Amino acid sequence: MELGPYILLASLEGSVTAAVLALTAVGLSLVFGVMRVVNIAHGEFFMLGAVIAWYVAHAMGGHPAIGFVAALVLAPLLVGAIAVAADMTILKRIDYDPERTIVATIGLLYIIQQLTLMTYGPEARPVEAPFNQRIALPWFEWGEKGFEFYFPWGLSTTTYKLAVIGAAAVVLCGVWAMMTRTRIGLLMRATQADRDMALAFGIPVERVYALVFGIGAGLAALAAVLIVPIQQAHYLMGADPLLLSFIVVIIGGLGSLPGTVLAAVFIGLSDGIISVFFSPTLAKILATLLVGLVLVFRPQGLFGTRTA
Amino acid sequence: MSETQRILILHGGLLVLLFVLQFVLPAYHHGNLARIMVLATYAVGYNILFGYTGLLSLGHALFFAAGMYGMGLTIQHAGFTPAPALLVGLVAGALVSGALALLALRTAGVAFMIVTLMFAQAGYLTILYFGEYTRGDEGFVIQQAQRVLWGIDLSDPTNRYFAAWGLFGICLLISLWLVRAPFGRTLVAIRENEERVRMLGYDTFAHKLTAMVISGTIAAAAGAFYGLLFGYAGASFASVQYSIFPLLWVLLGGAGTVLGPFVGTLFMFYLIDLSSGITTAYMLIAGVVLVALTLFAPQGLTGELRRRVWRWLP
Amino acid sequence: MTLLSTRGLSKSFGGLHAVTNVDFDLPKGEIRALIGPNGAGKTTLVGMICGRIAPTSGTVSFDGVDITALPAHKRIMLGMAYTFQITSVFPRLPVAENVALAARRRLHGQEVDAAVSEALDRVGLTEAPDEEAGNLSYGHQRLLEIAMGLAQRPRLLILDEPTQGLSEGEIDGFKALIRDLAGETTILLIEHNMKVVMETADRVTVLNFGEVLAEGTPQEIHENDAVQAAYLGTG
Repeated sequence: MELGPYILLASLEGSVTAAVLALTAVGLSLVFGVMRVVNIAHGEFFMLGAVIAWYVAHAMGGHPAIGFVAALVLAPLLVGAIAVAADMTILKRIDYDPERTIVATIGLLYIIQQLTLMTYGPEARPVEAPFNQRIALPWFEWGEKGFEFYFPWGLSTTTYKLAVIGAAAVVLCGVWAMMTRTRIGLLMRATQADRDMALAFGIPVERVYALVFGIGAGLAALAAVLIVPIQQAHYLMGADPLLLSFIVVIIGGLGSLPGTVLAAVFIGLSDGIISVFFSPTLAKILATLLVGLVLVFRPQGLFGTRTA
Repeated sequence: MSETQRILILHGGLLVLLFVLQFVLPAYHHGNLARIMVLATYAVGYNILFGYTGLLSLGHALFFAAGMYGMGLTIQHAGFTPAPALLVGLVAGALVSGALALLALRTAGVAFMIVTLMFAQAGYLTILYFGEYTRGDEGFVIQQAQRVLWGIDLSDPTNRYFAAWGLFGICLLISLWLVRAPFGRTLVAIRENEERVRMLGYDTFAHKLTAMVISGTIAAAAGAFYGLLFGYAGASFASVQYSIFPLLWVLLGGAGTVLGPFVGTLFMFYLIDLSSGITTAYMLIAGVVLVALTLFAPQGLTGELRRRVWRWLP
Repeated sequence: MTLLSTRGLSKSFGGLHAVTNVDFDLPKGEIRALIGPNGAGKTTLVGMICGRIAPTSGTVSFDGVDITALPAHKRIMLGMAYTFQITSVFPRLPVAENVALAARRRLHGQEVDAAVSEALDRVGLTEAPDEEAGNLSYGHQRLLEIAMGLAQRPRLLILDEPTQGLSEGEIDGFKALIRDLAGETTILLIEHNMKVVMETADRVTVLNFGEVLAEGTPQEIHENDAVQAAYLGTG
């Protein structure tokens, strides 16, 4: 394939990555923004979403769409419930101390990951997509006979991948609407702005925290359900989303939702395109170094503005 | 009996006990203890930064690996003998920790944790990227013939035990001396209230930088000896897990106590050793212990001992 | 002989001018009080003098040397000491170790212990040197803070609201201590308690809206109409 069509393909694949990444990272960003804690176990919530999706789809049988839709509802709810339980039993008790929370969520990471290994096992298992038609894409160029269209071999996508991009966009709009248009969103923003003031005004801060932690984890699980027909469910699959979400949240500006989405699109697309030119390991090295350097030299993120 | 005498008897006593154990332990535990002493050295280094200076690094595997690969690669590819190779490992650790300190110490708190995590991850990926030399995850074996230091074959269990004991003893005493010296006391003060220390006229950045280099160099020494004594270097020693381990050991044993790192490493090693007979998911234990410590005993074992019984414990 | 002087010292946070164009001179050996209503810029001015806050413009010189570019810890090493407005001791370290940290910057070995007991003696904190500083009463923590300043044996001692929250008896003790220090060192005292200012200061500088409103002896300041209006109210 020539470079032009190759880059189009890479951007399409990148858009799928960006869509899933945006959902996962917005979950992490929400938790950081409102609760001011970093959840290292976020990638494991993503993994749990995928694994639960496999269990649900497996138990349902029938047409793949039935299992998938059931998973789409059940997995985020279950994972959200687990996260709420973790918040109430662990994070609340250490009073959301930032450093101790990191240590505790590292512990949580291992607990979730290893329990999955003990029950689900070390295999990678697929979930069938509800629909999956291949769409060949045209390419055009100026040839000897002028402007012409043709279908390069390998330049294609699937209806499912396009649906993932659409679904992610819808959910992100939903999160945005929840934050700006609803009462619970107002409570969250009030808690984010000033915890003590929120307490003084009688906002049940602890319940808001538990809810936010649950929603954050639920978003990661939802992202995983969307991706699991493309990428199989495996107990170690949480590491990459965690790293990428970190990159996105930090580059987008800690706690800023629009910045996070923008950064997710940027990273998702560039991840696809960079891997055309570099080896994936080198791309990851550059990405991790970028995060470190951004935190050192531009802690407000690349897209954020410094607040006084 | 003065406080200093009590401290010397306790810590010297531990070293004497470990020396004597060499002659009585059965082979299996003998091997384990050699390993524990090298890993505890790693934890001793970590404790200087985390326990005494109050800086929680999530990237110490970078320093451990710098020592291990500084030593291993020069033996493997440059034909070095163990003594200069160990020196290369130490220098590599000092340089890497100094460079990371210059960057990471511009941040604090959670940002410091994430920055160290990211740079260590970049280091791990770099080892994978240069798989041609490092053999990546698979790693490489350092042959028995390459492990003879000053005529002593370090692959022999007895020699290995003494080498591990020597390394641990030196680093434990360095740590003990350090935290009782004015420099170490200033580090503790920085942990408690950095701004106040600065306003007493101390260059806190220089102190934290020095602490991080000492901590990183001890971690590198542990990494270099680990590779040399057990004849293997692999990328897994640079992974996130190996940054979490010293944190876990130090938290369990008691952060900011001289004996804590050893106590924590000993307990955790045998906890995992016993559980690996039951399940392959042995990291579950690590996770549960981390959460339980955060919730119930942030002081760790030795820390609780100091709080309840021996207030003089350094 | 001027120990400390500032020229055109200003600081603005965003659009807010906290301190504007302050020229301030402090002769050696003087006890100077710095007063002004809340938000007048006293702590910001002192923060710029000892290096905790970088000025927007202007210079600071100490003992004839321009120190505007020096970081805080180097200024302290030149002979400044700063005691914090909000008590800032090391709560989990013993009382003696708190003072020793201050003394060790200039002394070594046995000399440190002597300096520590001398400083604790001077402020009257002799009962429990091994007690954790966090267990002391609030008033005693303020005294410990001053002891730390003394142990540095500074040429310029900056005390930021040292009597805040002290009892009457403790304030009397503090006044005696300041009088005792007169002649030994130069003192810059930020103070709200006018009785303390009147009884201890040689001269007083009044800050209002970030600018020097007046300067003079306590008596002159007390009789100054502008000061009355801005700060003392009906007096």
